[in-house]
Amino acid sequence: MSYRPDEMMAVAASRRLADGMSCFVGIGLPSTAANLARRTHAPGCVLVYESGTIGAKPVHLPLSIGDGELAETADAVVSVPEIFGYWLQAGRIDVGFLGAAQIDRFGNLNSTVIGDYDSPRVRLPGAGGAPEIAASCGQTFVMLKQTPRTFVERLDFRTTVGFGDGPGSREELGFPGAGMTAVVTDHGVLEPDPASTELVLTTLHPGVSADEARAATGWELRVAHDVRTGEPPTDAELEALRSLRTIEEDVRV
Amino acid sequence: MAEILTLAGAVSEVVRDGDTVALEGFTHLIPNAAGHELIRQGRRELTLVRMTPDLVCDQLIGMGAARKLVFSWGGNPGVGSLHRLRDAVEHGWPRPLELEEHSHAGMAAAYAAGAANLPFGMLRGYAGTDLASHTRVEWVTCPFTGERLAAVPALRPDVGIVHAQQADRQGNVQLWGISGVQKETVLASARSIVTVEELVDELELRPGGVVLPGWVIDAVAVVPGGARPSYAQGYYDRDNAFYVAWDEIGRDRDRFAEWMRLNVLEAADVVA
Repeated sequence: MSYRPDEMMAVAASRRLADGMSCFVGIGLPSTAANLARRTHAPGCVLVYESGTIGAKPVHLPLSIGDGELAETADAVVSVPEIFGYWLQAGRIDVGFLGAAQIDRFGNLNSTVIGDYDSPRVRLPGAGGAPEIAASCGQTFVMLKQTPRTFVERLDFRTTVGFGDGPGSREELGFPGAGMTAVVTDHGVLEPDPASTELVLTTLHPGVSADEARAATGWELRVAHDVRTGEPPTDAELEALRSLRTIEEDVRV
Repeated sequence: MAEILTLAGAVSEVVRDGDTVALEGFTHLIPNAAGHELIRQGRRELTLVRMTPDLVCDQLIGMGAARKLVFSWGGNPGVGSLHRLRDAVEHGWPRPLELEEHSHAGMAAAYAAGAANLPFGMLRGYAGTDLASHTRVEWVTCPFTGERLAAVPALRPDVGIVHAQQADRQGNVQLWGISGVQKETVLASARSIVTVEELVDELELRPGGVVLPGWVIDAVAVVPGGARPSYAQGYYDRDNAFYVAWDEIGRDRDRFAEWMRLNVLEAADVVA
């Protein structure tokens, strides 16, 4: 079956979720990928939304992080101070799943402003749960389309710390989680180099070249010497993914 | 003790120009009708406090009712931007808007501190971000372990406004489903209004329900549908199509003004 780049992104991200993992999900592509994992290879994946719904099992893809279906299908519904305190900060969540407007080579994210903070060209929604998700989850996946405008040499604003200024930054800041372990884009997957913590292209999606990925990156992208091409979505994955789509999401796409 | 008032009566009695007003409801039970009443009564110079200032704050900001916004995520969930908020921040229309922004975890900690009458909330956060130098956050050292933690000043709004499913005739309130920071909002605020879907003779306690005794609330107003286009679990669903439609309405200044005139200024919300 033929597929769109955002479908490849959702499938590639969902494959990284293992059965039984607890996963703190934001709305949009991360929520799509996590719900896809639960419908395919990871039925026991525990979806946690910042609205306080733990173990949500929505039939439809939610439009917001607090749709009624999330509460009605959850194992537990807790308050917002509790979800951020007792669950996220306490280190009970395996994987955080984030989007952003900009990312840099150390996996730091901007979701606050484009341009100057005091007179922004574009005012973005802001931090939400992202900074503490990236600080406290066991590891964090980022999903973001790769262009020179989104993969930038220098963020306009550092909303969320990935690896900060490089090796040692997370430890200095007291962040328990491993940080951004995978950045899934429409070109492939970037992973941090263990020594330098710089994001390196390790997987290309089928039909995408390393040169195309380099051209879509605002810094000089490092490509792993053993960069591989990932598997295309299977028919079963695509069918499960397409059955997740909602009317509202079609309007948005 | 909570007085049972009309929505108009509750807002006119409890909210004053220049107040810091928290309107909470995390996707669920958003007090939209109360926001409309603030606009109809022409409240000015408000500092709005809301973790997720969605349509209700977009409308208040677009109508020029707010001078400042304290928030942690200002978008239209699953849809995109809040265009009135953006117009105020990017172009100062209809007036400039001062921002104080936090992360969700920071704001939740600040509400919890306010509810507990502590001076600050504490969390492992903000470190290493640019937020730290653009908002009200300081650092404290744990006297037991030496760990450095972020301190956020307690939120102590003048007025807290939330929506709930039910109240009884003594003004005791119960809400259930996603309960967000509503309990903390009422307990942290000097005065409070709770709008409810219905008045019942006796509250039937629900598993996971949050009960606020009438003696911590100033005014209860019965406003069926008062959370629309948000939802009230057990009463009506979220109007996702309206959130999508708001993108177009809110994008254009004239279209926004016309929508507000027809649907808010010249049309009272349903009031029982």
